[in-house]
Amino acid sequence: MIEPANQMSCEAFQAQLPELIGSGENAAAHPHLENCELCRALLADLETIAEAARQLFPIVEPPDELWEQIESKIKNDPGVVDAG
Amino acid sequence: MPQSRFPARPPGPAPAPQGASLIAPLPAPPPQAVAVEVSSNPAEANVLARAQSGDHQAFSQLYSLHKRRIYSLCLRMVGNIAEAEDLTQEAFLQLHRKIATFRGDSAFSTWLHRLAINVVLMQLRKKGLSMISLDEAMEPTVEERPGRSFGAPDPSLSGAIDRLALQRAIDGLPAGYRLIFVLHDIEGFEHNEIAAMLDCSIGNSKSQLHKARLKLREALRTHPKEEGRR
Repeated sequence: MIEPANQMSCEAFQAQLPELIGSGENAAAHPHLENCELCRALLADLETIAEAARQLFPIVEPPDELWEQIESKIKNDPGVVDAG
Repeated sequence: MPQSRFPARPPGPAPAPQGASLIAPLPAPPPQAVAVEVSSNPAEANVLARAQSGDHQAFSQLYSLHKRRIYSLCLRMVGNIAEAEDLTQEAFLQLHRKIATFRGDSAFSTWLHRLAINVVLMQLRKKGLSMISLDEAMEPTVEERPGRSFGAPDPSLSGAIDRLALQRAIDGLPAGYRLIFVLHDIEGFEHNEIAAMLDCSIGNSKSQLHKARLKLREALRTHPKEEGRR
């Protein structure tokens, strides 16, 4: 017999979480969370971490001089691989 | 109903264009992860073709298109600006050597990231970390895996996470977890793209990302604030 989602164990819910989150479903709306403070807190923390990563670590620009260094290396590099 | 706050794609600069596909000199991705793409950006496909035939100007344009994401990947993986610059330089040097072998079995940005990831992993190996290969990076030891989170009530992260604390927590992740976290949560790649880059299944990418976030949660609850500690 399949247990109702709102009576699911924390272990079973957390086993589903990677797929729930990764597939873009609204994990916060899962019935298990209606009565489980522990898993609500876990999900909130994971969301906070994902948001913090996005906000605190934007994609950054390398220094302009880096291209000059790469160009210089390329000019002296004999190791080009042919398409064959 | 509460809405999920997990970002599908971080804001900021647009992702690197998915150009014409090419053949990777690195191990071929599993068939289900390979997406043969017809370029939606003919201009970039043209630049790519010119760069492949040795046009230096075109190569510099490719550098401009992809430098931010490659540099950011290197920076977040090693946590050090000088080292990240060296790794970015090496990745583009490798690109210059191998670009003619790219024949479109995956998106160009995927292929370039695979190349850069191997450069980063090589560097981590040189530094004497236990990881030897991508396969090993993707299989953290039992001790490195996150603990379980049911049973005893856990204190939650309270509100904002500070940058230094998060950077330190990321630095402490096993390399495979760090890689997936950086690629997904910082660089904004989707799981199907990451699976193609790392020769793993989409399910494995989701699972590894989840474990990475759990490990970060453990670390951040231990050391929630780093500002002022350095």
